[in-house]
Amino acid sequence: MAIHHVTAPVAGAAARTRPPEPFKERAARPPEPGPVRSGRPPEPFGNRAARPAGSRAALLVLADGRFPAGGHAHSGGAEPAVKTGRVRDAATLEEFCRGRLHTAGLTAAALAAAAAAGLDPLVLDEAADARTPAPALRAAARRLGRQMMRAARAAWPSPELDALAAARPRGAHQPVVLGLAARAAGLAPLDAAYASAYEAVSGPATATVRLLSLDPFDATAVLAHLAVDLDQVAGTAAEAAARAVREGAEALPAPSAPLLDITAEQHATWPVRLFAS
Amino acid sequence: MHLDHGNDFPERHTHSAEAIRPDGTRRALRIGLGGPVGTGKTATVAALCRALRDELSIAVVTNDIYTREDAEFLLREAVLPPERISAVETGACPHTAIRDDISANLEAVEDLEDQVGPLDLVLVESGGDNLTATFSRGLVDFQIFVIDVSGGDDIPRKGGPGVTTADLLVVNKTDLAPYVGVDLEGMARDAKAQRGDLPVAFTSIKAEGGVRPVSDWVRERLAAWTAENAAA
Ligand SMILES: Nc1nc2c(ncn2[C@@H]2O[C@H](COP(=O)(O)OP(=O)(O)OP(=O)(O)O)[C@@H](O)[C@H]2O)c(=O)[nH]1
Ligand SMILES: [Mg+2]
Repeated sequence: MAIHHVTAPVAGAAARTRPPEPFKERAARPPEPGPVRSGRPPEPFGNRAARPAGSRAALLVLADGRFPAGGHAHSGGAEPAVKTGRVRDAATLEEFCRGRLHTAGLTAAALAAAAAAGLDPLVLDEAADARTPAPALRAAARRLGRQMMRAARAAWPSPELDALAAARPRGAHQPVVLGLAARAAGLAPLDAAYASAYEAVSGPATATVRLLSLDPFDATAVLAHLAVDLDQVAGTAAEAAARAVREGAEALPAPSAPLLDITAEQHATWPVRLFAS
Repeated sequence: MHLDHGNDFPERHTHSAEAIRPDGTRRALRIGLGGPVGTGKTATVAALCRALRDELSIAVVTNDIYTREDAEFLLREAVLPPERISAVETGACPHTAIRDDISANLEAVEDLEDQVGPLDLVLVESGGDNLTATFSRGLVDFQIFVIDVSGGDDIPRKGGPGVTTADLLVVNKTDLAPYVGVDLEGMARDAKAQRGDLPVAFTSIKAEGGVRPVSDWVRERLAAWTAENAAA
């Protein structure tokens, strides 16, 4: 799969004032990216015509905790952190989330932004593997990517999603699929980065409510406190994606959290656990 | 042959709910078993497998809340070869995995069909949950709701989506009725009031042949569904 039509993605506030961008990008893109649809007539105007492509509100759908893409069964490392006592109240949850956001969260957000910007998803999938040393987390990311793919294809049917699904039937890394879903929804790379970054903290926060019986208002306040960090991480991720468009996927950031990697491996061996990861 | 989007909504790849697959073959009939904790869902699954495995190609997906006990029980009892049993983890929320976000269960079902198929029947056991837990129609074709007499004879009267709408209501452990002072006739009356013509089976699953009312119902459903969806 080629890197087709890469526009210099917009980062920061500029993206918000440019809703028509995705339409232009779409029009310029070759219509048939993969073998999946070869020989088929152009996309019929069934329900696609009714879909408001490029609507910013699509971001709300994509980032909704109820988006049926499997996230509810994963704790994002919160389960082992609760078990060892590192997360025990709202304050420690906030520290945990901030740490995850600026490490694994940034890495994921940049991959998502790069996929939304039109980088080759298979190249990004390899980049994601290289940035995910823990086998348990690789497996979880691919499982979640497969689940995200199903929901994304139902919500925003797109030849690019079809092509990636065909190339990675067992699942590509979740941030890559998320970014491609954002692209299919007509969203900007920065939007994809926001969705991914938010997920990096909302997952552990929701899981901790269940694990600790934490007051849900406190958990929501934790997420609100992290808003500035989220802006920062999403912005950095979108800038990195813009660089990757020019320089290749190597330009994407690769921070990681070794403790998350280690506890994820341990967690995978627990015989009794509430969450899949 | 459609490899991708049809013109209709929902498009066929979205949840594999179509009975006939793109290649013209028919997928397995999917039956969900839900109900409160400990009512006998796994016992029913095990008994169904024993009763039907010689005539049908069967696989099972279990949804344990925080262990793999159900899958392990079925393995230990050797009701099916291990490759026909798959466990899904539900993240402390069993009803989410069968109703609100069915993606993990769908993948387990599809993987079983790919790996050990063709299958006639896939049984999906929910983790024990509350009276409102029902399966999405995107995941199963029919659902069985299993309650037991020891939960009290007022459960059918209380109703709730499981009791009221399940395609089959099973009231299990009738052998215990004398010991817990339960009025089975009253339960049958209440169930009838809640469910109208939908069937109710009173069972003692652990007794010899106790699963018979359920296995007969499954056979009927399978025959009707197969006739309705004759392979292309
Ligand atoms: N007396 C009696 N016991 C039964 C009957 N059916 C099941 N049991 C017992 O009830 C207990 C729970 O049965 P399971 O089949 O594990 O129940 P379950 O609904 O799968 O439970 P969860 O998956 O934990 O929600 C076991 O000890 C069974 O042996 C029955 O008809 N009569
Ligand atoms: Mg069970």
